[in-house]
Amino acid sequence: MSVRLTVISQIEIVADQQKKKLAPLTDDLVLIESGLDSLCLALLVAKLDDTLGYDPFTESDDVNFPVTLGEFVRLYEDAAA
Amino acid sequence: MPQHSPMSLRGALGGTDLAGRRILGAHHGVGLADAASGSCLDADHVGLAGRSVLVATSDQLTAALALIELDGLVRRLVVAPPDLPAEYRPAVIADAEVDAIVSDLEPATFAGLDVPLFARCQLPVARRKTATEAARPTEWVLLTSGTTGVPKMVVHSLEALTAAIKPEPPRARPTVWATFYDIRRYGGLQIFLRAMLAPNSLVLSEAGEPVVDHLHRLADAGVTHISGTPSHWRRALMCATARTIAPEYVRLSGEIADQAILNALRETYPQAAIGHAYASTEAGVGFTVDDGLEGFPAGLLDRRGADTELRIEDGSLRIRSTRAASRYLGAGPDRLADADGFIDTGDMVERRGDRYYFVGRRGGIINVGGLKVHPEEVEAVINRHHGVRMSLVRARKSPIMGSIVVADVVLDGEPRDTGPGPAGEALKEEIIRLCRRALPQHKVPATIRFVPSLDVSTAGKLVRHHA
Repeated sequence: MSVRLTVISQIEIVADQQKKKLAPLTDDLVLIESGLDSLCLALLVAKLDDTLGYDPFTESDDVNFPVTLGEFVRLYEDAAA
Repeated sequence: MPQHSPMSLRGALGGTDLAGRRILGAHHGVGLADAASGSCLDADHVGLAGRSVLVATSDQLTAALALIELDGLVRRLVVAPPDLPAEYRPAVIADAEVDAIVSDLEPATFAGLDVPLFARCQLPVARRKTATEAARPTEWVLLTSGTTGVPKMVVHSLEALTAAIKPEPPRARPTVWATFYDIRRYGGLQIFLRAMLAPNSLVLSEAGEPVVDHLHRLADAGVTHISGTPSHWRRALMCATARTIAPEYVRLSGEIADQAILNALRETYPQAAIGHAYASTEAGVGFTVDDGLEGFPAGLLDRRGADTELRIEDGSLRIRSTRAASRYLGAGPDRLADADGFIDTGDMVERRGDRYYFVGRRGGIINVGGLKVHPEEVEAVINRHHGVRMSLVRARKSPIMGSIVVADVVLDGEPRDTGPGPAGEALKEEIIRLCRRALPQHKVPATIRFVPSLDVSTAGKLVRHHA
């Protein structure tokens, strides 16, 4: 599964578990308007660390927190490279 | 209990019929009649009298014999727990003004320490070389089981240590006490003293002994009364051998006794009275709860003027008690009690209805985006799942929330499919659903990991690594 698909599927899993209604997952979707609160995002990062084996937020000190879903996915894609 | 003034262990033993009473270690046993009248020391009592003595043995049985022999003879008994790191010995010796060491180890073990007298204590018990002097009051110094740094030294008197021990009604068969604790810690020492002050025998634990072997020894000795921490008990109940003992009294202390472990013990030992005690090295035995329910009745807070008074301040339990320690030894700035004589236990409680429940330690809080989580309250929920034997909840660093909650879980019974397969995932999902029903969102573990076992410290408590 590609990094993008993994991220998207984990977002759906977290939203389902936390009973959150997700906005349509487009690249320009602003994360804080996605329906996921910060606890959900924290859970998502932990789950991605478990599935992908890395956490781009802690592997570098100067990560700009992504604003949109597209940026979020790119952060993971870049870290995989 | 015979009253002597001042009280001493030998005095208490001297006034009673010791026939048939024994202290049993893993390899040897000693009759109390011999322990009370003989000697395990290679030094005479005149030379030890009035000293501050560090009892640092490898074996619990020799420690027990030394404590019986030295209480009432020496000025101060410093009881070294089995895992006291060698590098802390100089600080302990200096702060407690130790001028004699009693040990079953080679004298060379203590080379380089500035202590004038070394006495070997070992089996077999021999005839006492000199007549015993009249008893003097001996200070007992216990070491706390903190996780880091030099342990604190806590001063007790034998009166305070034994104040919670009430005379027992006569019983049909002899009482045989046992404890999973080491008797050189407060929880174990309580059981040692209980066994000494009533017509009982005692079965000691042995470091490193497999739980199954320990349980077989307990069964062979016909144990009737037994104590341990909830972690000790969870580990014991994982062995089918736990059903070979048939105790009449089961006691828990040292950690939060949650409803799951109380129920599991009730199911395994239907004939037993099951109680959980609240005690700490500093505050002594606070109270015992015998109704089979976790937490304690709020009514315990209203006992003004009782031996032990409780109050809650800033969410933590405070105790003022005749069973409390008198002070800390050493140069530390720590005051044992506040101006009113109350000791802050650091154990956080929460009132629900007419009961208080322990939620965790003040220092152990996980901070999830500013919201507090006590690992123990989450563990109590996880442990309710019928497939779970024990669990450890800990913080996982999160770039978003600072920390999030994760759990390591030991399953009950036979090893099963707990790998990445669907059965394991379904079980994890079940446990998380249980947590969601019982806990606010931020307290629900983000991930669950199945582990074969969890570390339990020599003090019988779950090992927690605080970030």
